[in-house]
Amino acid sequence: MMAQDIENEPERIPPDNVPSTELEMATFVGIDNELAETGMGPPVGSAPMAAKTEFRIVAKRFFRHKAARAGLIVLALIILLAFSSIGFGPIPGWWKYDYTEFEPTLTDGGAPTLSIFPPAWGDHPFGQSNEGRDYFALTMRGLQQSLIIAFIVGIVSTIVGTVIGAVSGYFRGRIESVLMRFTDVMITIPLLAIAAVIAGQIGGSGIVGLGVLLGLVTWTSLARIVRGEFLSLREKEFVDAARSVGASSRRIIFRHILPNTVGVITVSATLAISGAILLETALSFLNFGVKSPDISLGLLLQQYRQAMDVRPYLFWWPGVFIVLISLSVNFIGDGLRDAFDPRQTRAKA
Amino acid sequence: MTVGNVFDPVFETVRSGEPILKVRGLGVDFSVDGSWVMASEDVEFDINPGEVLAVVGESGSGKSVSAMSILGLLPQNARVSGSATLLGRELIGVREPMLRAVRGKEIGLIFQEPMTALNPVLTVGFQINEMLLSHFDMTPDESRRRVIELMKLVDLPDPEKRFDLYPHQLSGGQRQRVMIAMALACDPVLLIADEPTTALDVTVQAEILDLLRDLHHRLDSAILLITHDMGVVADLADRVVVMQNGHIVETGPAQELFTYPQNAYTQDLLAAVPHLGSEIADAATPDGRDDRPTDWALEVVDLVLEYPGRGRVPPFRAVDGVSFKVPQGEILGLVGESGSGKSTIGRAVASLLPITDGSIKIAGRDIKGLSQRDLMPMRRKVAIVFQDPASSLNPRMTIGESIGEPLFLHEKLRKGALAGRVEKLLDSVRLRRDYRYRYPHELSGGQRQRVGIARALSLGPDLLVADEPTSALDVSVQAHVLELFKDLQEQYVFACLFISHDLAVVEILAKQIAVLHRGQLAEIGSRERILRDPQDPYTRRLLAAAPVPDPAEQAIRREGRRALLAAGADPDDDVATA
Repeated sequence: MMAQDIENEPERIPPDNVPSTELEMATFVGIDNELAETGMGPPVGSAPMAAKTEFRIVAKRFFRHKAARAGLIVLALIILLAFSSIGFGPIPGWWKYDYTEFEPTLTDGGAPTLSIFPPAWGDHPFGQSNEGRDYFALTMRGLQQSLIIAFIVGIVSTIVGTVIGAVSGYFRGRIESVLMRFTDVMITIPLLAIAAVIAGQIGGSGIVGLGVLLGLVTWTSLARIVRGEFLSLREKEFVDAARSVGASSRRIIFRHILPNTVGVITVSATLAISGAILLETALSFLNFGVKSPDISLGLLLQQYRQAMDVRPYLFWWPGVFIVLISLSVNFIGDGLRDAFDPRQTRAKA
Repeated sequence: MTVGNVFDPVFETVRSGEPILKVRGLGVDFSVDGSWVMASEDVEFDINPGEVLAVVGESGSGKSVSAMSILGLLPQNARVSGSATLLGRELIGVREPMLRAVRGKEIGLIFQEPMTALNPVLTVGFQINEMLLSHFDMTPDESRRRVIELMKLVDLPDPEKRFDLYPHQLSGGQRQRVMIAMALACDPVLLIADEPTTALDVTVQAEILDLLRDLHHRLDSAILLITHDMGVVADLADRVVVMQNGHIVETGPAQELFTYPQNAYTQDLLAAVPHLGSEIADAATPDGRDDRPTDWALEVVDLVLEYPGRGRVPPFRAVDGVSFKVPQGEILGLVGESGSGKSTIGRAVASLLPITDGSIKIAGRDIKGLSQRDLMPMRRKVAIVFQDPASSLNPRMTIGESIGEPLFLHEKLRKGALAGRVEKLLDSVRLRRDYRYRYPHELSGGQRQRVGIARALSLGPDLLVADEPTSALDVSVQAHVLELFKDLQEQYVFACLFISHDLAVVEILAKQIAVLHRGQLAEIGSRERILRDPQDPYTRRLLAAAPVPDPAEQAIRREGRRALLAAGADPDDDVATA
């Protein structure tokens, strides 16, 4: 009864003034936004009352969460450092060495020159690798690659998980059975094994391919969460109200129900990113992920694990960044979860 | 007095004539986002032995909060000031162990929703038993005997068998009886009943009120009754405290307060309560059958609606062979208790449920088996207003978007044209135009329901299905919404299927009334005939059970109901739903 009416409504591009809560989801919410435009448009005649939008309430609560605030700052600094130092693509960075440059002689046996007191970078702040490469540039390159993979995984798994969860939760019946059994099968396959096998075959397509691949195997938990949300939201009267005026299933899913699940989706997406960092590290460590001569944090760990005894800094620098990224992303996820939790609106002791 | 006073160490104190509970200057504040918000202030009242004191007020008046503060049952962020003394002992600000000794033992508590107040994984006998064991040193045999005694006291049939049943195996009325048995387990000197009948159907409500009155006489305990329902107050209370916005506005004996309310708010409140029988009081009884033109907005013939079964569970038949017709521009009231199938019919008429058998014709066209595409033109003709305004508006859409959605989908209106129509609709439901930029959570319940009505009227429907549109609202708000509804109906002349559990509300609006009972039509006829001369025994019981906000009249009605039940109109409603 509901399945057949995903029909020919013209696809619309989201305008710039969609509510900001939905902006991040715009990739798959970007439908039927003209209504939003009218509602949000410039006031005609009387001045609009300052509506406290959901987004502003959530942002306010998020910034009250100290750990989340710190996590956001640390993550922003790490991203800034990674991409500005050695540059990205054609854009040059401010750091003097490139990660591909070799120096025939090691300065001071390759030890780090970074000193906290007196504060100074020195020539090779993180030291030099065995082959004489600047380890700071190398770590920054690894950081870039790991971050890119993590965000691709986060986006891909969020989109796939949301769509599968939404469709199976909304339509129920056979569609739900098929999709959820498929999800069960995906869950039973050991993630590391499947990633290792396929990553070995598509290894040539680089980090983007790896990111998409990991995204395609890690969406399962989000699909289940979104399905649960849809199961409860589809029984709400506002969904009936939309159905009673003849809204299409697609409109109900994307315009009515999905915006109400932004909370759980955002939280899951954040946590998926931190999971992806760790997964990529593990794969690269096992030599299934990013392949030399390209570099990632996991690969750095793998290459220099023997140096642990003699030159431990080659192991510690990538390690520290992995811990920092996943910790700060987890804190952000925590803060978002608290901020979206409706029980928080009541009162705080 | 069958219940032993052996458990009642304070029995003598009660006899001495001092007030049981003395509340002085009680105030409650909540800390919200770092600032204190007043919930109630300067609450003062006494409860004398054997007295029923009703605290009445609308939502947000602070009535429940004040009562819960006496037992220290408020959330962490509450601050209580003032004093409440139970038999001379202070209860405010004392430590938790001391309060625990009072709770259940000296003050019994009856909650609003027995389904959520009882633990679903424990048997009811165990839960009553727990009350006894936490306050007295008893052997299992003793306490079991006492539990069964209590279950007999609250008129639970077959107490030995009921002892081992789980809450879901009992009906709503029986669950509330279990709650009352728990509250009475330790012979409390005071019973606090927080909206004890709000979640129940009227016929069950009448039985529970009878039980409370009966117990109150037999046990001579005092009752603090918290309610928003003036009919319940009129039925049970000796004295009444009226609260508004956290303050007491009026106190007095029930009879006096209902007859000569002094405070303006009390007067408004009483005037807002729909009074069963007041609309038809001066209308002449229509002479027999009226011959109408056969221009029907809605024809329902032998309608059968089923909820599909899953696996081995057979399908549930919610509506079975119901037929009625609604003429153009007229309101038909569809009345029934929970589970009677009234909402199911409403949803089927709005094409939200598939029709199992029979037919629904809207303006002459059968909607059975139409595809979504063929239904589109029908959806313009039928609109629905939902019961709960909090969940019927999408919390992520502005009011303007919600109201404009039907216009957006059907008339393809955009931007300026859409905004103009939305503002006109807001005008017609008497809301300010700039409300279209707001979100539902910024509006009050009544305002939200106006938005729901505006959305339903946006396409100018021929038929409006109103599914209990006022049952989630306070009485004074309900009165305004009903008045608005009446005006709009006269202005736009749409036919309406008005679904309600409240006969008094239906009486205000409907010309015709249909009474549903367990999925079947018990009776249908003109308003005057149904209310004055009901033929079906169920209709009679329903009419007799509805309380009216007038103590004297309610006492007469109570006697009438007793006679009716005695005459053999079987009180069969308390059947377990499992």
